[in-house]
Formats: sequence, structure tokens, C-alpha cells
Amino acid sequence: MKPRSKRLMLLGSAVALLVAAVALVLSAFQQNLVFFHTPSEVAEGKAPVGRAFRIGGMVEEGSIRREADGLTVRFAITDTAKIIPVSYRGSLPDLFQEGKGAVVQGTLAPDGLFHASEVLAKHDENYMPVEAQYAIDQAHKAAQTVQQ
Amino acid sequence: MQWTSWSAFWDMGGAGPFVWGSYAVTAVLVALELFFVLRRRKETVRRLSRLRRVVPSAIEPGGAVKERIE
Amino acid sequence: MMNGTETETEDGTKRSRSLLRFAAPQVFYPIAGRLAPWFAWLAAGLCVAGLWIGFFVAPTDFQQGEVYRVIFIHVPAAWMSMFIYLIMAFWAAVGLVMNTRLSFMMAQALAPTGAMFCFVSLWTGALWGRPTWGTYWVWDARLTSQLLLLFLYLGFIALTQAIEDSRRSDRAGAIIALVGAVNVPIIYFSVQWWNTLHQGASVSLTRAPSMASTMLVGMLLMALAAWAYTFAVSFWRVRSLILERERHTEWVAAELDEQEARA
Repeated sequence: MKPRSKRLMLLGSAVALLVAAVALVLSAFQQNLVFFHTPSEVAEGKAPVGRAFRIGGMVEEGSIRREADGLTVRFAITDTAKIIPVSYRGSLPDLFQEGKGAVVQGTLAPDGLFHASEVLAKHDENYMPVEAQYAIDQAHKAAQTVQQ
Repeated sequence: MQWTSWSAFWDMGGAGPFVWGSYAVTAVLVALELFFVLRRRKETVRRLSRLRRVVPSAIEPGGAVKERIE
Repeated sequence: MMNGTETETEDGTKRSRSLLRFAAPQVFYPIAGRLAPWFAWLAAGLCVAGLWIGFFVAPTDFQQGEVYRVIFIHVPAAWMSMFIYLIMAFWAAVGLVMNTRLSFMMAQALAPTGAMFCFVSLWTGALWGRPTWGTYWVWDARLTSQLLLLFLYLGFIALTQAIEDSRRSDRAGAIIALVGAVNVPIIYFSVQWWNTLHQGASVSLTRAPSMASTMLVGMLLMALAAWAYTFAVSFWRVRSLILERERHTEWVAAELDEQEARA
């Protein structure tokens, strides 16, 4: 075998081994790479107990309301299958809106209420002009009217 | 065009510091990289020319190249 | 050492007839010198066009408002930081297999530019994240793997600079480049494989982009500008590397004479 093809073979097998090793490590650390859990996972008891974790999902339409103290906000986070009620004191990011993505960090109380210490907005990968979004909303409304 | 005035342009809908902070740092880094790359070339030519005059053995064809030139 | 020299002379005859002849430093040196300014001007032109479209033609975004305009540098810089690392790994592999010195020099010429783009992507991402997500930084899979890429670049640069003997530093750098390349697909697919705060890709090869067309054009022009810039800067840098590495050859002596005569 020519030295060049031998080096190519060696290099190829080294890279293949490395990829296999990384794949193993990643699958082993799968749990730690999870930035947030979905409400369904929390309902199934997959979320960590007794320590802070994050829940990610959509802010339920019509769920945001402010408590009488004017600081505490209550809302619900959902993945359309399960709903988790959340309570939070503090300022919210600009993109935090009903029907949009959000990630909340905090602890789950025994009564099922999630006490959040941090709320992050998770926006999607769509970028379009304001007018286009308006047109889409109008089309949605029209479609709903027809269905009804 | 969506800008009614220059001040609206610089304000970026209230996100001015974030947008311009991104662009300014990028521009500075690109300018610095260009400066260092072009200066490095000039310096390399100057240093090698001097080295050739002062220590011809360090550079002559087939000569032992021991010095590390920075 | 002797072995390597022999292989190269043995290849010398083949080289003149194949693409490999460009692998000879004295052939590539003048070509890089002639091409670099063209790429630099191309980059400047594309950048002006991209910024014009990005700031004066592209509309306000429906959910983020104006702050999304960071995208015109954030995404091209992030793409470039990943591409450059893959190209470095490619040159490192070519260098190890074919024993071509120029391949290692190309890898080393690319690293600082890759590190710069990687830092820019992290910096602009932080400034973008604060007003949109509500935080400068989170340890999600996308952000963490991109930070790891920056450390890989810095590690590559530090290691190749630290080892005096150029043959050994080439090999050590090549190993970091190849091992670290595994991180690039992890960065790219992290938003699909794991739950991340970072949103998914707006532009991919497999489906239509989820962006308004003027926004997309601005971003693609900036990405092309980043490519052209990378060519220009790495060609300039590799010329200095070639002169240093080949300083014991006749042709470098002739080049130095010419430069002195011009000065």
C-alpha cells in the first residue's frame, strides 16, 4: 500500500472512531443538554423534583392577568396537550405575548403552580413585514368565519 | 423606506444601543484584522530582508533554519 | 524528514500536470497576491449593497420590530465561523494525507478570521438576545456549542503558535482542527436535536426560507461579503506565512530583492 493511502485509511478510521465516541457521549448527556421541559413532560413526572428547572411552551391565549399588587403576573404555559399555571414577579421581555413561545425557570409547587424566577421569550424563525402579518391575521379570521 | 428622520434611524425603534453596538464592534474587529494582516506582511518582508543581511546563514538555500522569526 | 522531501520530489513531475501544482507555495504566493485585492473590493461592494438593503429596503419585522436588523451580521458571521472551521479541518486532512505544506499554512491563515467571526456571532447574539429573549446569555445547546467553537479556534491558534518546530505545530494544529470539526454539525443541528432557547434555522437547504424576500436578500449579500472578505484576508495572511516558512529558498530571496528595490 502506498504511504499516502495508508495515511488516508488511518485518518479515516480515527475520524470514524471520534464521531462514534462523540455520539455516545452526547446520548449519555442527553438529559443535561435539555434546556427546558415541555408541559407534557412535566405532567408525566419527567421534570426534576426538588430543584429549579425550565418549562418551555406557548403562553396560553387569554391566560395573562395581573394580580392586585400590580407586580405579580399569572399566566399558563402549554404545549397544546397539557397546561401548567405559572406565577411570576418581575419584568417581562418585550416579546412575551399570549400565543407566543416562552421559557420559564423556577420550581413546581405541590399544588401544581409553577413559581417562576425568570421568564424568557422564545421567538420563532419567521421574519416578515408587519403588513404581511396583518394580511395573514385577516385571512385567518376570514377562514374561521367561513368554518363557523 | 421606513425611516421618517435620521433620529428615528439611529433610535432603531428603541433598540439603538443593541443594533449599533453589534455593528460597531463588528466594524472595529474587521478594521483591526485588516490592519494587522497588512502590517504583518510589511513587517515580514522587512524582517526577512534584514535577517538576510545580518545572518545570511539563517536564510541561505539549504542552510540550517534555527531561528524562530516572529 | 528525508522521507517527506523524497515524496515531494517524486510528486514534482506529476504536479506540473495536475491541480496539485497550485499546492507549491511559490506558485500559490503570486496568485494569492493578485486575487486578494479583488476579493477585498468585492467584499466591500457586497457589504455596502447588503447594508443598504438591510437598513433602507428591508421592512420592519412583525414581532421583533427593528432589532432584528442585527441578523444581517449575526447570521453571516455564525455561518462563516462554522464554514471556516470545516475548511480548516479539510486543509488539515489534506495536509496530513498528502504531506503538502501549503495546506497547513492555509489552515493557519484561516483560523484568526474564523475566531473573529465566531466572536462576532456570540457578541451580536448577546445584544440581540437581551431585547428579544430577555437575557444576554443562556447555557442552551446552541449557545454553548458555539462558545466551544470559539475555544477551539483559540486553542488551535495558541497551539500552532506555541510549538516552535513547524512540522510538529502543523500536525498538532491539524489534530485540533479535525477533532473540533465534530462540533460543527452539533452547533448546526442543536436547535433540532434538543430543546433550545435559540430558534430554528430560517434558511436551510431543505425547505423554503421563512423570511421576507428583501430581508433574505440583504442577509445573503452580507454572507457573500463575508466569504469574499475571508478569501482576501486569508490570502494576505498566507502570503506572510509562506515567506516565513520558505525563507531559505531562492524564490523568496528573489521576492525580497524585488520588494526592496520597490521600496
